[in-house]
Amino acid sequence: MTESKEPVLRVDNICKILGGKKILRSVSFSLQRGELKVLIGPSGAGKSTLLQCINFLIPPDKGHVWLEGTEIQSRRKRDLYAFRQQVGMIFQDFNLFDHLNALENVAIALRKVKRMNRQAARDRAVAELERVGLGDKLELFPAELSGGQKQRVSIARALAMDPKIMLLDEPTSALDPELIGEVLSVIRDLARGGMTMVLATHQIGFTRTLADEVLFMENGSIIERGLPEELLSPNAGTRSRDFCSRLDELYAENE
Amino acid sequence: MDTAFYSTQLIPALNRGLVMSLKLIIPSGIVGLGLGIVIGTLRTFGHPVIRKAANGYAMIFRGTPLLVQLFLLYFGLPNLGIYLDAYTAAVIGFILCSGAYHSEYIRGGLLSIKKGQILAAQSMGFSTFKTMVNIIVPQAIRRALPGCGNEIIYLIKYSSLAYIITCIELTGEGKIIATRTFRYTEVFLVIGFYYLVLVTMAMFLLHKIEEKLKIPGFGKA
Repeated sequence: MTESKEPVLRVDNICKILGGKKILRSVSFSLQRGELKVLIGPSGAGKSTLLQCINFLIPPDKGHVWLEGTEIQSRRKRDLYAFRQQVGMIFQDFNLFDHLNALENVAIALRKVKRMNRQAARDRAVAELERVGLGDKLELFPAELSGGQKQRVSIARALAMDPKIMLLDEPTSALDPELIGEVLSVIRDLARGGMTMVLATHQIGFTRTLADEVLFMENGSIIERGLPEELLSPNAGTRSRDFCSRLDELYAENE
Repeated sequence: MDTAFYSTQLIPALNRGLVMSLKLIIPSGIVGLGLGIVIGTLRTFGHPVIRKAANGYAMIFRGTPLLVQLFLLYFGLPNLGIYLDAYTAAVIGFILCSGAYHSEYIRGGLLSIKKGQILAAQSMGFSTFKTMVNIIVPQAIRRALPGCGNEIIYLIKYSSLAYIITCIELTGEGKIIATRTFRYTEVFLVIGFYYLVLVTMAMFLLHKIEEKLKIPGFGKA
């Protein structure tokens, strides 16, 4: 650790074998306050597994995680639950609670985990939903929302917990192209507002403009890392650049 | 028609039996459903040891005739020094039996819930228990409700087995009169009608509950 400031999150030597296959091979990185690191790489590279290992949704076989200098003892349930409250997570397929309307989706963890009273939880939920532009959709259920709206509810749900960092696992990959923009713009606002984030994505244009560092993963390792302009510039000659140019050919960029 | 037979003998006896039937059905239905929810959840998400035990319970109570279970509760338990009166033995038998069936419907409901919602809840610091109580079970119940309703309708009808262990309810009262008067056809036609009314009322009530719990995305749109 050569940084002068202590990182918000430090992940060291994470290894994970699933079904006899090495999914993660000693992955390490750290995150300064307000930083946005973007994970790119082909499907199956281990991006999702890495993100889920960070908050122990998938328990890593080896490795350590520190939040603000304190190592997380994942075996102590109480510590683990407290840690997870400080790490917001956004999933590719939203994972909203289907039996609760938008408001309750955001409020329920405030009431049941943070033990806020009903009114305070409601007020906070309304504020977060307004922040993602859904102040007029409070009463709608997940089945009544579009994909982009669902993902924005899930972002509001994570933000309401006041997380110190956010992990975003391909938040736009399950969306129709015309809905990607509304979600990216919410994430952009978060980045500009100083939220500390790790984002796995295939949105290369977005990565170029907003990432503080790009981590390129392949076969369970981070094989390249650096500033987006270094890694992704047209004649960088990196593996990352190669991958991105192939993505650019596949998709028209949505920005 | 011999109206005196109906008004002075049959109907008063059957009404008395109906009251007993309701005393059997209502607690068995409510507690049985509660037990089924708990057992179904344990069978799906419990610790492996608990899961095995809960599966064993469901296997035994779904795999043996209710009548055998009632006989063992009423006539068998005294061998172990446990004496239950007929009513208690019947209610316990009904609860255990319907709980086992409900647990299967609930299990089906639980398995239909997308696993991502568990991850989402846990990522916000929900414990496993809180995830179940607040997120997963409320959805599973909605999905299982038609099946559970079916089980409650069965319960209404198999509650008639209580009379065999001397808890005289609707069928039992009727059987006594039929034996004494030898008017089996009339008596059992009327008993059948009583059950039909009970089941119809139960279906109406279940429908109301389904309506009340209805949410966009669950069941009919």
